[in-house]
Amino acid sequence: MAHTESSAGSATPAAAAAVAAAVDVATRPFALVGHFESPAQLYRACETLRDAGYEHFDAHTPFPVHGLERAMGLPASKLPWVVLCGGTAGLSLAVWLAYYSQEVWYRHNIGGKEAFAIPSLIPIFFELTILLSSFAAFFGLWAMNKQPEFFHPVMQHPSFHRASDDLFFIAVEARDPKYDPVATRALLETLGTRELAEVAP
Amino acid sequence: MSHAPEVLGDAPDVADAERLDEATGKKLVKVAGAVAALGLLLCIAAYATDAKRFAFSYLTGFMWVVTIGLGALFFVILQHITKAGWSVAARRHMEWVSAILPVAIVLAIPVILGAHDLYHHWMGPQAASDPILVKKVAWLNPGFFYARLAIYFTLWATLAWWFARTSRKQDESGDVELTHSMQRVSAPSVLLFALSLSFGAFDILMSLAPHWYSTIFGVYIFAGSVVSALAVLALITVGLQGGGWLKRVSTVEHQHDVGKLMFAFTVFWAYIGFSQFMLIWYANMPEETIWFHDRWQGSWKAVSLTLLFGHFIVPFCFLLSRHVKRHKRALVAAAIWMLAMHYVDLYWMIMPTLDTGSAHPSWIDLAGLLGPLGVLALVIACKASRGPLYPLRDPRLAETRRHVNL
Repeated sequence: MAHTESSAGSATPAAAAAVAAAVDVATRPFALVGHFESPAQLYRACETLRDAGYEHFDAHTPFPVHGLERAMGLPASKLPWVVLCGGTAGLSLAVWLAYYSQEVWYRHNIGGKEAFAIPSLIPIFFELTILLSSFAAFFGLWAMNKQPEFFHPVMQHPSFHRASDDLFFIAVEARDPKYDPVATRALLETLGTRELAEVAP
Repeated sequence: MSHAPEVLGDAPDVADAERLDEATGKKLVKVAGAVAALGLLLCIAAYATDAKRFAFSYLTGFMWVVTIGLGALFFVILQHITKAGWSVAARRHMEWVSAILPVAIVLAIPVILGAHDLYHHWMGPQAASDPILVKKVAWLNPGFFYARLAIYFTLWATLAWWFARTSRKQDESGDVELTHSMQRVSAPSVLLFALSLSFGAFDILMSLAPHWYSTIFGVYIFAGSVVSALAVLALITVGLQGGGWLKRVSTVEHQHDVGKLMFAFTVFWAYIGFSQFMLIWYANMPEETIWFHDRWQGSWKAVSLTLLFGHFIVPFCFLLSRHVKRHKRALVAAAIWMLAMHYVDLYWMIMPTLDTGSAHPSWIDLAGLLGPLGVLALVIACKASRGPLYPLRDPRLAETRRHVNL
């Protein structure tokens, strides 16, 4: 971190606080991770964290739990806008391609139709719109989820392999301003979280 | 953040009326009855003025309500065949709309009376010397035509009546077996529905131009039917929710779903309409192209373009956003717009047979629309005021309460 060098060897209280902060950053875990045995417990825990003002926490479940994004207080996905841009780009590309190839570059009389005969080109407009929309949806989803990612700190939790089997995990990240090693742990314990463990970044 | 799902799921004791109060019901029936009476008077005046034009105008209005009823019947059957949970309340509303189908047997009388004007191309004496129609005479002859009409309308009326009655029976008994029996009947029903709608479209609408043929025509009519039925459903849903009803069974999520289906079938209509057009346009065979050629003459060209933009491009862009589908007034505006466009669609299919060369709208067209429209409104108002607003004891009632969109 930038301020560690300036704090080295100084004895003032402000500098001591800076040292403490630096040490905290260095030793701070990535998140506090635990699990539940039912989606209902997880759902309630997410609602409680959301209402307590936590923002940086995540849930890991073996199957999609309906309404969990509301319980977590996640904002609406931006993916539709990405798809709209992809679709618009696809349509524009198709019209451009068809116009230049049919009207400008290679004018031919095909079946007595006009060179730029829109009805015969609509399938192309349609297909390219769909194709680029799908690409935008598929790759947009990967990009927004920062995939591919082969390692994630929560995987260090000893039981995390069961997140794809029968356990419902919650991970409260230490970067959350509300995060407190003692208070957060106590809150999760009252919610019935099992096997709470801090995982390193 | 919304707590809607939990509130709905956990609170079946929300104060909610199962029926319309008597004053509202009476008012609805009165207003709809007034429209129907006015429409009937106009119809009589129009018939006295110009019986031939009235036959065409009436057929347009009549098919407008029949297709709406058919779309509603399809929706009811579809919910049973898929065992849908979200649509329990919507299904009841569509049962009301499909109740126009038994009434349509009576409403069809002016069409039968005007058949010789409507179908003069193949019913008239000149058909005997027409080399194309001579080959079609085994199918296109008045006796068989009327017999087929009888079969279609009896079938549609029976299906609509049976599904609505069985659903109403469950309100009283709560018997789950009734749901099972509706599910069993729904699969063969959907087959009968598909065939009868397709052949009905050939007979009632396509035979107006008996030389012309398009195998996809029935699907095109089906697409328009479902869009307009869903538009009526959107109006009923928003209307009842706005009046403070349906609190236990219907939320903005259900409205959103109706909007999504309306959007999807608008796209489907365009897809089928374009599929029909492109093959004919591309092949450019005279006996096929003539139908579109007739609709590209004079002011008919403007009507054709109105359909392209008004029935597809504009509503597509408008309904694309989820915020529009979840906004009450926006969805109502879209629904009314689509109903108007469905009328334009039918007008565009039927009227060029009479108004060759150019469209000549007249007050008689309005009479032909207002009569059937008034009757449809009256049927819905009567059904809405005389029974529960949703299936009271449907086994999926709890599921419908919890329904949310991602």
